[in-house]
Amino acid sequence: MDFGFTIAAYAVAAVLFILSLGGLSGQESAKRAVWYGIVGMAIAIIATLIGPGQGLWLLSLVLIAAGGAIGYQLATRVQMTQMPELVAIMHSLVGLAAVFVGFNAHIEIGRVAAAFMGEGLQFPRPEEVTAEAVAFAKTFTGFAAIVAKKTAVEVGILRVELVLGVWIGAVTFTGSVIAYGKLAGKVDSAAKKLPGGHILNAGAAGLSLILALMYLGGSGGWTLVLLTLLALFIGYHLIMGIGGADMPVVVSMLNSYSGWAAAAIGFSLGNDLLIVVGALVGSSGAILSYIMCKAMNRSFVSVILGGFGGTAGPAAEVEGEQVAIDVDGVAQALDEADSVIIVPGYGMAVAQAQQAVSELTNKLRAQGKEVRFAIHPVAGRLPGHMNVLLAEAKVPYDIVLEMDEINDDFPDTDVVIVIGSNDIVNPAAQDDPNSPIAGMPVLEVWKAKNVFVSKRGQGTGYSGIENPLFFKENTRMFYGDAKDSMSALLGKIG
Amino acid sequence: MRATLGPTQQEQETGETTLKIGTPKEVMEGEARVAMTPESALQLQKLGYDCAIEAGAGKAAGFADAAYKEAGVEVIKSAAALYKACDIVAKVRPPTETEAKRLRADQLLISFFWPAQNEAQMEQLAKKGTSVIAMDMVPRISRAQKMDALSSMANIAGYRAVIEAGNNFGRFFTGQITAAGKVPPAKVLVVGAGVAGLAAIGTSTSLGAVTYAFDVRPEVAEQVESMGAEFVYLDFEEETQDGAATGGYAAPSSPEFREAQLAKFRELAPEVDIVITTALIPNREAPELWTEDMVKSMKRGSVIVDLAAEKGGNCKLTVMDDKIVTDNGVTIIGYTDFPSRMATQSSSLYATNIRHMMTDLTPEKDGKVNHDMEDDVIRGATVAHGGEVTFPPPPPKVQAIAAQPKKEEPKELTPEEKRAQEVAAFKAQTKQQVTLLGVGALLVLSVGLIAPASFMQHFIVFILAVFVGFQVIWGVSHSLHTPLMAVTNAISSIIILGALMQIGSSSVLIAILAALSVFMAAINIFGGFLVTRRMLAMFQKS
Repeated sequence: MDFGFTIAAYAVAAVLFILSLGGLSGQESAKRAVWYGIVGMAIAIIATLIGPGQGLWLLSLVLIAAGGAIGYQLATRVQMTQMPELVAIMHSLVGLAAVFVGFNAHIEIGRVAAAFMGEGLQFPRPEEVTAEAVAFAKTFTGFAAIVAKKTAVEVGILRVELVLGVWIGAVTFTGSVIAYGKLAGKVDSAAKKLPGGHILNAGAAGLSLILALMYLGGSGGWTLVLLTLLALFIGYHLIMGIGGADMPVVVSMLNSYSGWAAAAIGFSLGNDLLIVVGALVGSSGAILSYIMCKAMNRSFVSVILGGFGGTAGPAAEVEGEQVAIDVDGVAQALDEADSVIIVPGYGMAVAQAQQAVSELTNKLRAQGKEVRFAIHPVAGRLPGHMNVLLAEAKVPYDIVLEMDEINDDFPDTDVVIVIGSNDIVNPAAQDDPNSPIAGMPVLEVWKAKNVFVSKRGQGTGYSGIENPLFFKENTRMFYGDAKDSMSALLGKIG
Repeated sequence: MRATLGPTQQEQETGETTLKIGTPKEVMEGEARVAMTPESALQLQKLGYDCAIEAGAGKAAGFADAAYKEAGVEVIKSAAALYKACDIVAKVRPPTETEAKRLRADQLLISFFWPAQNEAQMEQLAKKGTSVIAMDMVPRISRAQKMDALSSMANIAGYRAVIEAGNNFGRFFTGQITAAGKVPPAKVLVVGAGVAGLAAIGTSTSLGAVTYAFDVRPEVAEQVESMGAEFVYLDFEEETQDGAATGGYAAPSSPEFREAQLAKFRELAPEVDIVITTALIPNREAPELWTEDMVKSMKRGSVIVDLAAEKGGNCKLTVMDDKIVTDNGVTIIGYTDFPSRMATQSSSLYATNIRHMMTDLTPEKDGKVNHDMEDDVIRGATVAHGGEVTFPPPPPKVQAIAAQPKKEEPKELTPEEKRAQEVAAFKAQTKQQVTLLGVGALLVLSVGLIAPASFMQHFIVFILAVFVGFQVIWGVSHSLHTPLMAVTNAISSIIILGALMQIGSSSVLIAILAALSVFMAAINIFGGFLVTRRMLAMFQKS
């Protein structure tokens, strides 16, 4: 089949991918948009399979089918609470694939160069190209054919792209594996660093740069291997140093990296579709990271470097006492309330309480009460995590609102139930300029008439910041496991 | 000024250090309440105290001695023995002469005390060295609400006042249309919307009466209306008083204001069926609000319940502790023992107030009293301590009700100012955008200077794709960020194309690496798209 046809197919696929991302602007259009993505992917793969330079397509099909079967299993078996882990581990696959493809490109360059040498021809192609060389270049197929036609500058650029692709891919790979481990609880989620901390990272990055320059200068394959190992280390160490609650940023950052890696590989392979898709994914991840950072009022750099920055002074003393309440008290307040807002956090996901929360919502709505959910952008461990959990529990999406949509409604609300969230409802972010989270946008739950906080015990949140909300006069602490608490509450309502 | 109440002599001898709280039987005639219930005793024991009660003390309130025993309370035969055995005496009414004599130097008395009217006894006890906490002196700040016995008693009084009125009123509260004819609803006027007034309003509206309410503090109008009553406004211009300055109570009003108020009541008197007056001013005689001529103008069968009877009454015809019927058939009730008439309810509330007071006095929960005179609440309620009279207390550090903030109107911007702001914002935005574009263009151009044309062709595609990506992704709904990540994950596996192109290579190593990549990317493609579909299918509209 003609090369032109493949390019045309790529153009169609690119448009479909853009539509597929654009369709995510609304819940209904998204259901259609995902099909655009699937069709786009199918077109791209088929066009490549029947395009020029392709061999072994039977093996390719078998591999795709095998991978597809595993992917199907993963996608149908995964619990919605495990979504962050799934996304993280998938990023690692993209990263690793990018590394492999990058290495292949390197080997191919070497092979082509050796072949040219064997023929006594110059490689890379000199300015005044001989007819003999052109003829010889035509004997190559596939990717090698593209390489064979390149001039010295082009091969140089090819190498730059290849190094970039491999480096980003390797960082993405180990980073995602660690992120997966932390999210799945297989690795301690606390921030950990090897002695030397960021200097170690900076050193590794500097060394990578030197190795990259050496590789470009023609030092041979070992520099590329060493560089890959360094990148793997950076990915590991960088993510180890970031705490569990910063995972939304980390996962979206890795998402972005996997895109940039694909784009870099696209450059080296001269494949426009790879470039387009890589750029789309890269910018998508970058925007998500930006939104997450803004929601925490922290700079991207400070999140990536891990931990909270120094405080400007002693945090304001919290006065008052935490008053506990039992299930009957909460049930009574709910019974008397007309409007209820539920603020879920990661604690709800941990306790798997979303089903009970959903049933509670149904019961309250059946009694004619207005029940809504307020979602902070960084609630959970993945952007939009809470929305997916609630959707799985069959909470209708039109009562699940974003922070900006609902923050003004709290003063008119009778009861707010905070389930497993802490920092995102901390009034200190607004009141106390010395608080480590000062300036972070928060849900103003304390303005409601009654606030019930469902919480395991009296501890502070992941950031270790005391939450003055718990001491407010209109706040009652509803201690216990979120799922048990909500189930107990269900029994008392209605 | 800190003092810890130590163990009694007797206890020192036996080596035992647990303090004992005792409640004697109320000696005043007709008083049915009791300061300790079996339930509150359990809580007090949790604080580390022993509890004792005089035999038969809870009988009138419906708590049998057996119930106390079951709760681990020691039942002591006589009052004298109880006073001897206990370190802390909790009761309801102020002590009588005999009771005061029984109190010892190292004892703590917790009860209603009315220190302003009871100065002689206060001095007597202070001289003796007894500590006295007056439950009626608990400052009205939010933290102390749980021990505000006046409020809990007033609440009961307000409720009971309506019930008592209904008992003496010959008609329905609620309006009804029956087969036998139409019944108009009763009209109830509640004067003074404090705790008792609000309780009365709530009871009256829930019985179905048309309820009016009046208070000199216009800021309570909202509370009154929220309970379903109509607030009676006066046509009177005066600097409104701020309840915050007087600890939540009303202050005396100016003569002009009083006139306007009485005129309004005169206007209402012939219409209303039931009047409940609750107006009290701290440490003063109750103001006269319902004059004789108003009573005369009321309909036959009407009822007045004067909750201020103890302080002389809001109506001068009121007879304390009695019910009278005037010549024109208006019943005036002047009972002062409303809480006692609901002794079970009021005892359990009062006992809970006492228990909360003990909780604050026992921060360590070790059965030791830490009489912290730095604490606003404890200081405020203590009228005698360490051999001295400590009444009146200094003003509390925390105000009862937040002073009404002077409402600051957000400054209205003139249209010119608004316009100027918009222009400035627009200019800033333009500047930012132009700067970004300029920097970006420079970067791209400088790349173009060194890179070959074949690279630049791809580079243009890349720049455009990033641009499109930014435009598209900003539009993605926040709630779909997880599906977005899953779908971008799937499509970033487009890297499979690279692997597919390389898999046909004649080098075995390349073929193997490419095959692995194809395999991994395929997992991602299928997994990513399927999980996205699964997630999106879950989003359902209500």
